[in-house]
Formats: sequence, C-alpha cells, structure tokens
Amino acid sequence: MSNTVKTLAVASAVAAAVVSHANTASAQSKEKCYGVSLAGQNGCAAGPGTSCAGTSTVDYQGNAWSLVDAGTCTEIKLPAMADGTARTGSTEALERDLPS
Amino acid sequence: MSTQPRFAEALLDPEQPVPDGVVDPQGRPAGKRFNVYRNNVVVSLIDAMETAFPVMRKLIGAENFRNLAGLYVRQHPPSSPLLMFYGADFPAFLDSFAPLAHVPYLPDMARLELARRHAYHAADAAPVAADALSRIAPDRLMQLRLTLAPAMQILPSRYPVVGIWEYNMVPDAPHPPAEAQIALVTRLAFDLQMQTVSPAMASFLNALHQGAPLDTAFDSASAQDSAFDLTAGIVLLLQSDLIVEIHL
Repeated sequence: MSNTVKTLAVASAVAAAVVSHANTASAQSKEKCYGVSLAGQNGCAAGPGTSCAGTSTVDYQGNAWSLVDAGTCTEIKLPAMADGTARTGSTEALERDLPS
Repeated sequence: MSTQPRFAEALLDPEQPVPDGVVDPQGRPAGKRFNVYRNNVVVSLIDAMETAFPVMRKLIGAENFRNLAGLYVRQHPPSSPLLMFYGADFPAFLDSFAPLAHVPYLPDMARLELARRHAYHAADAAPVAADALSRIAPDRLMQLRLTLAPAMQILPSRYPVVGIWEYNMVPDAPHPPAEAQIALVTRLAFDLQMQTVSPAMASFLNALHQGAPLDTAFDSASAQDSAFDLTAGIVLLLQSDLIVEIHL
C-alpha cells in the first residue's frame, strides 16, 4: 500500500468508526440499576480483602446495583414480593429487600 | 534464627513447635492459643482464595479447592498487605501442580480471574470523546499514539477461557466452544466487560498499548490477518472506553 492510499484508508476507517460509534452510543450507555441483582451477584468484582465481593446477601437487594443498558432499569422483569407488591428496579437506592 | 522469621514460619507449618516467647499468663508455652491463631491465619487466606477464584472453585469443587488453596497459601503467603491481589503466583503454582495436569486450562482460568481483578482495581481514567478523533487532520492520524485505559487486560489462551468463565458464572450461558480464545477485559465505569478478540485485534491493541503509532499497530494486525478491519478496531476502542489520551 502506498503511503497516500494508506493515509486515506486509515482516515476513512477512523471516520467510519466515529460515525458508527455515535449511532450506537445511546444504546450502549449504561446506568446503575438498584434492586435487580441476585444475592452475591451484584456489580462488584473487587475480590478478597474488600467489603463488597458479592456481598449483597438477599435477592433483589434494594441498595445493591448492577449496570444495565440505559433506560431499561425500570423495565427489568422481577418476581413480585412475598406480599404481592410488584418489584421494579430503580436508578436510585431502594428501601426494600434489605438484609435484616 | 531471629524471632520474627521463626514466628512466621511456624504460622504456616503446623509441625513446628510454638515459637519462644509465645506464653500464657503463667509464663508457660501457649500451644493451644498459638494453634488457634495459626489456624485462623491459614483459614482466612483460604477464604480469600475462594473469594478470589470463584470459577476455579466451581471447576474443581469446593472441597478440592480448599485443599488446593491450603497447599498454596502455605507456600505463597501474602507478600503485600493488599489482599485484593492475593493469589498472583497461583497460575504458576498450577502450571507445575502435577495432580491437576489433566485439567490443562486451570492455570489460564486462574490468570483470567486475576486479570479481571486487576482490571477492576486499575486506576480510573476518563475516556476521550469520540469526536476528538474526527477533529484530527487525516495526515496526522497515521502517527497518532494513544494511551489506553489502565484497566485493559488481554489474555491469550489455548483454551476457551471466556467460554468456560461464562458457562460457570452467567445463567443459561452456552457450552464453551472447543477453540483457543483471547480474552479482552475492559471496564465501563465500575463494571467489568469481557469479550473474545481475534489474534489480529489483540496485536492491534497490544501494539497501541506499547506506544506504537496507529499505522504500525494497523500493520501488526494486518500481518496477523490481511482482512483485519481497522474500523472495527477503532469502534472497539471507542465502545470499550479504551482511549484515555491522544498524542499527536
């Protein structure tokens, strides 16, 4: 490849990538969603010697979060609570399902 | 031998006598007390290993894992107070651990679990906006150098390490495919992302990470695979928040 051809190839690849990224960026963005993760699977991979290595101890714990696609948090299907109240996720910490 | 090394050695070896100077209120050697302490040291390190290597534990079973971790922690006590990185020597330990040689992917799984932890604890680095790239004159792009996010980890394996990890950690994940995989671990905000990348993509990322300009990184990827798609490479960099600095 001559240098000019290569310069053009690189430039068009970068331009195409930026456009493609801009078009998918809104779908890609994530938000913290509280109250949807199963016990021990909340969004934390900190490992030993930390206080948050999968430490949510109850399912759908209200103050434990996972990252989800932006805009989908409150639409995640969750089972109803024991008293029949519907559960939904929230982008802010919740008071429900806290470990006793 | 002075007191401290002898004490440390006795902590990890139940056959060793109570170190001199470890006495009860009556001045007698405090054997029981020392044994309780010695036991707590090893058990807490085994617990740390369990937290650190959840997939390894699933693969060989909880009881086997505790036995294995017990051997490991006695040979490799922590060398740093940062317990979150404990187990750094575990992959090499497994490489030479003959009783598990029939499960050849275990050392790479340990490497992947360590890589994930290093990605998680890597320094925060704000990604550049995508349009920063489009503002650069085309003739400057070739010589562009990038600083990539410190969280990025690339782990090549002869085994389907990502597939095995997902099969064990993600509900309803498919059976791992019978193929070699290269794991790419990145971090979006505080959440780890893991995917497989082609050898060409790995060369591209490694070259950039080592400070090569964009055209050299492109060349090294094309040498692996003449059909390497540079657009896909840039999209991956942008989507994974990998570009933290642009050097013209």
